[in-house]
Amino acid sequence: MSIDMAQFHQVFFEESFEGLDIMESGLLGMQPGEADSEEINAIFRAAHSIKGGAGTFGFMDISAFTHIMETLLDEMRDGRRDVTSDAIDVLLKSVDILRHMMTATQDGDEIDTDVVKSQQTELERILASDASGTANDAGNGEGAGDNESAPAETPDTSGSSDEIVGWKIVFNPHDTILRSGNDPYRIIRELSELGETEVICDTDQLPDLKDFDVENYHLSWEIRLNAAVEQQAINDIFDWVEDDCDMAIIPIAGASTGASTGTGSPASAVPADSSQSQSADAATAESKPAAETEPAPTSAPAPATAAKQAAKPAAKSGGAKGGGGSIRVDTAKIDSLINMVGELVITQSMLGMLGEDFDMSRVEKLNEGLSQLERHTRELQESVMQIRMLPISFTFSRFPRLVHDLSSKMGKKIELEMIGEETEVDKTVIEKIGDPLVHLVRNSLDHGIEMPEDRVAAGKPETGKIQLIASHKGGNIVIEIRDDGRGLNRDKILSKAIEKGVISDAGNLSDKQIYELIFEAGFSTADQVSDVSGRGVGMDVVRRNINELGGGIEIESTQGQGSAIIIRLPLTLAILDGQSIKVGDETYIVPLVSIVESIQCKPEMLNMVAGKGETFKLREAYLPIIRMHEVFGVENPQSTNITEGLLVVVEGDGQRCGLFVDELLGQHQVVIKSLETNYKKVDGTSGATILGDGSVALILDIPDLMRLARRHQPIQFLKSA
Amino acid sequence: MATILAVDDSASMRQMVSFTLKGAGYDVVEAVDGVDALNKAKQQSVNLVITDVNMPNMDGITLIGELRKLPSYKFTPLLMLTTESAPEKKQAGKAAGATGWIVKPFNPDQLLATVKKVIG
Repeated sequence: MSIDMAQFHQVFFEESFEGLDIMESGLLGMQPGEADSEEINAIFRAAHSIKGGAGTFGFMDISAFTHIMETLLDEMRDGRRDVTSDAIDVLLKSVDILRHMMTATQDGDEIDTDVVKSQQTELERILASDASGTANDAGNGEGAGDNESAPAETPDTSGSSDEIVGWKIVFNPHDTILRSGNDPYRIIRELSELGETEVICDTDQLPDLKDFDVENYHLSWEIRLNAAVEQQAINDIFDWVEDDCDMAIIPIAGASTGASTGTGSPASAVPADSSQSQSADAATAESKPAAETEPAPTSAPAPATAAKQAAKPAAKSGGAKGGGGSIRVDTAKIDSLINMVGELVITQSMLGMLGEDFDMSRVEKLNEGLSQLERHTRELQESVMQIRMLPISFTFSRFPRLVHDLSSKMGKKIELEMIGEETEVDKTVIEKIGDPLVHLVRNSLDHGIEMPEDRVAAGKPETGKIQLIASHKGGNIVIEIRDDGRGLNRDKILSKAIEKGVISDAGNLSDKQIYELIFEAGFSTADQVSDVSGRGVGMDVVRRNINELGGGIEIESTQGQGSAIIIRLPLTLAILDGQSIKVGDETYIVPLVSIVESIQCKPEMLNMVAGKGETFKLREAYLPIIRMHEVFGVENPQSTNITEGLLVVVEGDGQRCGLFVDELLGQHQVVIKSLETNYKKVDGTSGATILGDGSVALILDIPDLMRLARRHQPIQFLKSA
Repeated sequence: MATILAVDDSASMRQMVSFTLKGAGYDVVEAVDGVDALNKAKQQSVNLVITDVNMPNMDGITLIGELRKLPSYKFTPLLMLTTESAPEKKQAGKAAGATGWIVKPFNPDQLLATVKKVIG
């Protein structure tokens, strides 16, 4: 029966990559000197599964490499080897190498054997190192047990193999053998497959009927095998039962063959003489070492090299099946979808029946059906959206490693705490938020957290703390990156911003506004550039990335105590709760989350600042006004007088302003269509949508819109509030 | 046809074992760990159990011990999938009541040969 093993490769790779993640996070959680057996067990299990799977599916190089890791982990698990930071680091690096091997194999690429070899040497170095005697034993121990006994008997057999014409096998099963699920008859049957057999049954042990226990085994056997097979073949047959029986395997030399008398059929059991069991016992004793032999114990590296060529084509076909962006969806989500579709079908058939002979008396029924349809459509929509939602742990999972690596590189002590990893976000967010988060965490690590000695001097604990927190807040996803480092340096930022021409003078900026300056394009404090952060990607890029996801970013900081970056993102990127506003003949959509309130502006609230644009006073704060008709060039607004229209107070990136519009229309969910893919990027907008009447409305990107307006009134925004 | 319970926390191995056995005409019940397997073995009668050793929640050796305690599994063949480098696992498995083992890595033919040997 030939089975195409390639069909299992995709699943193997998927679970192996998961296993690698488990190993990585487990290793990162391990402290030198401590051996949390649960933790090590989980890591060991992952390695073990990868090794087993790789071996089975023909990826022998992966299997062989993992085997060394497994050996090391096994020693740690049993407490035979101390958990050192050196060992953890080497294992972590090995996880990387393994991931490389796996990816290359999956994609059908060449594995970088030099890298693998050198890492293998590293692992072997650890295995050989601080050989606390026991550890060394264990290193070779696994196969050693087999190898020792194998050679011991091999010469025995081969030395006389020339003359051997058959075997006499004394097989005396213990009375409990049936309770191991083994059937002695199976053994005899297998022996008979090796060649002609004569079988003698010894029923001496058979009790009287009244004492007879059907669960116990009472027969003994002597089998004469008239075939010059290797002893190993016989050993293999008894492999499973060697502890459940007394047995002896005695070679029969040439001349004795003729002595065979029996009929050769197992069925013709002949009572044996009483000397039988005695000789069996004697034979048992002498054959014990042979019985302890393990089956065909070829050591792992040997098949690894042998099968290397065979593994190549297998890997190729596996790679061909891989790839493609797939999402793993919780079955519960799919069940709810199917459920919803069922409801929809029922509603549809109900409406269908209603339509067959409709008259006005049934309008009520129709309305009922339509509202049911609406409800089900909405629920279906929510369920479909749910499919795209993945826990943010997909993104967070890379950070323990990043923090571990960077902090040891910089000589800092940092503890990373992740909260709310199960928070679900849109798949696109998962894909796009990674890089900005890495940048922000690097920043915290590099600029935020101080060196241990500085921290102690500042009266803080030696170990710094970085928190990654994800949560749902009011229809938004909020991701926070908090550290207890030195915080932002207000004066340094201010002088830098003036030097770089981001602002012209300090004015009376609040601390928060000053912190916001680091998000401005062209702001990069050169003396902060290191190989950890400051790779030329500024915070402005981070902010732009967040904005592209429809989100905003804010910063909080207290000098000497730490800082926090707070990112707010919409729950989903496909649908948005929007408020439609009217400007002239045009309709625009303002994301509901950006709207603070809407007011009718009174003349006394208005405040013209010469050269700095229009502002209005809202509860002691002066906010800039953006005239929508001017920004978007709408030709016939209902009014250009601020007091005659409406001001929609919106917030974005921690700043507020008033949008001057003609009127508010309604609130509804809109489906976001990308303008970039269908047309081109329009400044101040994040996309477009199709309204109920078929017309197109632009969806406003509030932070971008504010920047757009600021270009006309550069300092205005920074000075407001 | 005989029913076989295939227990492995690795989906790929489970699928491979299951696919191979189904292809040979056996009925296969899959379980992802010892706890799952024990529940399934209690729910229906199984003619042969093939279990991985290293699994979360309940490992294969504990599973074998637990199964042997059940009257209906007193004599049922219980095989474990183990690696050649783990003789101590075989001993532990035998002590718990395992019938025998299939050494990993194995191919479908080896698997089928062993199964046929045990349950025909």
